[in-house]
Amino acid sequence: MLARRIIPCLDVRDGKVVKGVRFRDHKIVGDIVPLAEYYSQAGADELVFYDITASSDGRSVDRSWIERVARVIDIPFCVAGGISTLETAGEVLEMGADKISINSPALNDPGLIFELNERFGQQCVVVGIDSYQDQETGEYMVYKYTGDVERTQQTEWKTFDWINAVQQQGAGEIVLNCMNQDGVRKGYDTMQLSMARLNCSIPLIASGGAGSIEHFKQVFQTSEVDGALAASVFHSREIEIRDLKRYLAESGVEVRL
Amino acid sequence: MSVIIDTGCANLTSLKFALERMSKDVQVSDDPDTINSAERVFLPGVGSAQYAMGILEQKGLIQTIQGLQQPVLGICLGMQLLTSFSTEGDVACLNCIPAEVGSLQSLDRRLPHMGWNTINGHQNHPLFRGIPENDYFYFVHSYGVEISAETIAICEYGKPFSAAIAYKNFMGVQFHPERSGKSGAKILKNFLELKI
Repeated sequence: MLARRIIPCLDVRDGKVVKGVRFRDHKIVGDIVPLAEYYSQAGADELVFYDITASSDGRSVDRSWIERVARVIDIPFCVAGGISTLETAGEVLEMGADKISINSPALNDPGLIFELNERFGQQCVVVGIDSYQDQETGEYMVYKYTGDVERTQQTEWKTFDWINAVQQQGAGEIVLNCMNQDGVRKGYDTMQLSMARLNCSIPLIASGGAGSIEHFKQVFQTSEVDGALAASVFHSREIEIRDLKRYLAESGVEVRL
Repeated sequence: MSVIIDTGCANLTSLKFALERMSKDVQVSDDPDTINSAERVFLPGVGSAQYAMGILEQKGLIQTIQGLQQPVLGICLGMQLLTSFSTEGDVACLNCIPAEVGSLQSLDRRLPHMGWNTINGHQNHPLFRGIPENDYFYFVHSYGVEISAETIAICEYGKPFSAAIAYKNFMGVQFHPERSGKSGAKILKNFLELKI
């Protein structure tokens, strides 16, 4: 049986892993390589590294650490941040990343998804979507440049329309980050993720809101996502991945123990 | 020495690092003489069959690979390239293993098949020595090989398909041993040690 994936996310700024709450006040969590090694041995199924400043600074990610990570870990990992050309994507993959994730550059040029798919294959093209529910209209809208609170802006895309569009362009996986929930640890947005699931025939990863082991069970059982991504609960060691997986297995969720 | 054939595909580096972690002497090459003289040969690959066959043709490596007598391990798309034909772009492949590649499309499963899945039925092949039934490996693909006489390990996603195939000195795994934790490393080690 295909296992549901547990995916620690390491937000990277200036070569260090950081964690912010609602994208503000980034605090340093630790060095990239030892953390990557720790998680790959602790039972993580995959890792995501996200340079939270890259796209909004108009520069691309400092990539020297990708190769160092690739040397030490034996599980798949994805790199996000500032990848807006085929060349950059190629370099990142060549350095040993298994997937690349694009967010704002895909919103600026949806055709980039198609080009990445053509050149490198669907399996490595992940599209990250930052979605915010407008409290007045109830509408889920896509935001870009969310790495920098000053430049964060709402796009014209409604979230579920954009989910359809990126699939048509050939995305291999979607990470849906529910911004209302991000960093506040009150649980995944299972309502939004369930609606996304209905529109999504490629792997869907939940992001934003994990605070307890019950939240993971909820999102797998309610929203049928393929994986759940989280950062702070893992970085703080409040949740140990092995304990989490044992709990999920006992709850009837298929996981790799 | 082992050689990883330079297919120009994206998972070369992770395979190279995985072998280096096992302190194995490994070289990435697209030179026919170097490939021929290798003790063992890896054929990695991700992306589309058509694109990768184009690269092998462009590099003049098709006959080189077909003529190899030493153990050859194809990984993911590399495994698919070792078969005779892929419906992904309707392209003729290397024809080293008598099998064909088709879409995994089934009604109730999402593609690509991406993530950790269990394998079974592999106890008779030395490549899987020491690997228990229902052990997990990392898969990422939308095409695969149906169960046939050449199947040496089975995975199930909607329907059963070949997690690994073998014919004479040619072996192929659909999953990524270089990204499958300790179990994956075991497969690589088995391949480096097996005698044919």
